[in-house]
Amino acid sequence: MKKIILGLILFLMIAFLPLGYNVYTGKTAYIPVIKIPEDKRECVENVFIMRKRHNIILEKWREASVRQGIKKYVSLNGTYKISLSGTCLGCHSDKTQFCDRCHDYAGIKPRCWDCHNIPD
Amino acid sequence: MNRRDFLKITGILAIGAVSHQTAMILSSSEVKADQNKKKRWAMAISFSACVKREGCRDCIDACHIIHNVPEFTDNKDKIRWIWSSPYESVFGEQANTFTKVMLKNLSVLCMCNHCENPPCVKVCPTKATWKNKDGIIMIDYHRCIGCRYCMAACPYGARSFNWKDPKPFIKEINRDFPARTKGVVEKCNFCEERISQGLLPACVEACPEKALTFGDLNDPGSDISRLLKTRFSIQRKPHLGTDPKVFYLF
Amino acid sequence: MIERAFRGTIGYWLWLCFLSALALAGFISYLRQLDMGLGITGMGRDVSWGIYIANFTFFVGIAASSVVVILPYYLHDYKKFGNLTILGEFLAVTSVIVAILFILVDLGMPSRVLNVLIYPSPSSLLFWDMVVLTGYLILNIIIGWWSFDARVKEIEPPVWIKPLVYISIPWAISIHTVTAFIYSGLSAKPFWQTALLAPRFLASAFASGPSVLIILCFILRRWLGFNMEKDGIKKIIVIVTYALAIHIFFMLAEIYTLLYSDLPSHRSHLEFLFSGVPGNRFLIPWTWGSTVGSIIAFILFLMSCQKRDNLIIFASLITVFSIWLEKGFCLVIGGFIPTPFEEYPKYVPTIFEVLITLGIYATGGIILTILYKTVVSFRQSK
Repeated sequence: MKKIILGLILFLMIAFLPLGYNVYTGKTAYIPVIKIPEDKRECVENVFIMRKRHNIILEKWREASVRQGIKKYVSLNGTYKISLSGTCLGCHSDKTQFCDRCHDYAGIKPRCWDCHNIPD
Repeated sequence: MNRRDFLKITGILAIGAVSHQTAMILSSSEVKADQNKKKRWAMAISFSACVKREGCRDCIDACHIIHNVPEFTDNKDKIRWIWSSPYESVFGEQANTFTKVMLKNLSVLCMCNHCENPPCVKVCPTKATWKNKDGIIMIDYHRCIGCRYCMAACPYGARSFNWKDPKPFIKEINRDFPARTKGVVEKCNFCEERISQGLLPACVEACPEKALTFGDLNDPGSDISRLLKTRFSIQRKPHLGTDPKVFYLF
Repeated sequence: MIERAFRGTIGYWLWLCFLSALALAGFISYLRQLDMGLGITGMGRDVSWGIYIANFTFFVGIAASSVVVILPYYLHDYKKFGNLTILGEFLAVTSVIVAILFILVDLGMPSRVLNVLIYPSPSSLLFWDMVVLTGYLILNIIIGWWSFDARVKEIEPPVWIKPLVYISIPWAISIHTVTAFIYSGLSAKPFWQTALLAPRFLASAFASGPSVLIILCFILRRWLGFNMEKDGIKKIIVIVTYALAIHIFFMLAEIYTLLYSDLPSHRSHLEFLFSGVPGNRFLIPWTWGSTVGSIIAFILFLMSCQKRDNLIIFASLITVFSIWLEKGFCLVIGGFIPTPFEEYPKYVPTIFEVLITLGIYATGGIILTILYKTVVSFRQSK
């Protein structure tokens, strides 16, 4: 019995180690800051949607463009060409300051850039 | 702008869920409405015009640069969208002792035939390759699992697999077109990205001798339809019943 | 029950350690393949399937062949196959796992393998292969485990096992048929395009699978003192002999058709396999080895050396090896050469490819060892 409890405590300690580390180094309140293009008012959808659902929109874009040959996207904000390198990165020109900041923070590694080129 | 080009999923997004169904319904009904305007893209290659310039690679270079096709040095890793091979090996089943001598130096331009009845499409276990409404055989590089069954099924050797990461082997990256990643199959796409913008395929445009003719077989007035009606043409391996859409003119 | 697999002699543990080391070497090589791409194998644009797919084909055959012990035991109540049936079922389970592993390592994008389920494509034989292989694996795990459990407890196996067994018999035939259809349905590969391919696959599987079983029985007897029913083994030898005869007959029928009809596109593959082309004769020893091997094995089995164990083992080994060569090297690689452009490329597996292959063998070996150990220690404790 003692052994079990000791084991459990040890497990919990290891499991919560990263949290403790972040509290210790004062990183708990850290929120990634991303660079938003200054000259543009709004993205293809409003900020709230983009923040939550940009990955889903991109997936839909991918399916529409590659598989159905639909090349244009219409939203309340206007009509856009379906293109990751062209449209998205056209405004968000600095991938490291925009995409990577949050993705690194969340520990997500999208494979888009394996093929889709980053414009200079 | 055409109404069918639009993907209208505004508003629904704001509720919080992208409505997959809505997008699907919209696009599928529009594809149906468009059915009478279906194209049947095809290519005709004139031997006599093509041989005029010996060693000319203009079409191959144009295609490979625009599509970020890597150049591997090792033969087994080679990727090709368009290439030339001796007449004897391309049309081996109809070469005879005389043509072997007569056409010894004839290089035949090869590419994906965009078959009417494509053997590669039916073997794909994930629908990563399919025939689009205009008859072009497409590949979804996002979906391909790299099983290479389509390569085994293609009678024309038109498909290449990325045995290694292609990026370091691309001379100069064209940023308007995506590259591919290791582990997927690729091939000629009849310049689908250019046709949709109303442009001709890169190889057709690049040919200094105008040896390549591209157009819509469904349109009886198109250049290619008229050409194929008046000149003798052959296809690669017609006995397989694939009905290639690349024709060779004498 | 499985805990019996964790009590063994030093030899047993050394054997498991050896297999684990091999599996680890394979795994490390696989990590390298994941990192570098399939370019580290000997495969290339012309020979685009190699020893992975060859082994996959072979092991599907071994898995399907368990039907030759299951069918007489369950359908004809042939009691002498009692122990052999359990061993056969566990061999089938292992072989299916090995076959699936070979498919996985052959994929360029293994992380996307679930796309086969997400976007099911009934027009593709690979899709059906996944369906029948998974089904067969599940069927055999259930049947094997419950009937073994029943034998341990000396009770009748549960009633619902019987219908599952009846399903598993045609299912076994189906897995190898579908595997043959993967090849024979391709208009691009004249060498594979023969309706005889599926029957040929089955005939050779019914020779190689039971041969593996014979070898395993002898190993179990020699090192673990596990005695199998003598009559059962005799019967299996008879089955192997007949299967080999049919296999050789099919092979000769194929060779006749290819040679006499004289279609260049078909004949060129056979010629390359048996006599090569100038500058490229790398498959000749393997083709001849496999052909002559199966004939020698057939004669040895036929001479009825049933009293001489060593000869039986020898014949079984030749059978397994020659059919492994025939189905793997000769059939798969021979189908790609010459290419559609009438070129004759070479294919030599690289060290990584071989290590990954050996690693998968070793993984199968570990699974088989643990399963058989469980069976053997139960028998001996009785």
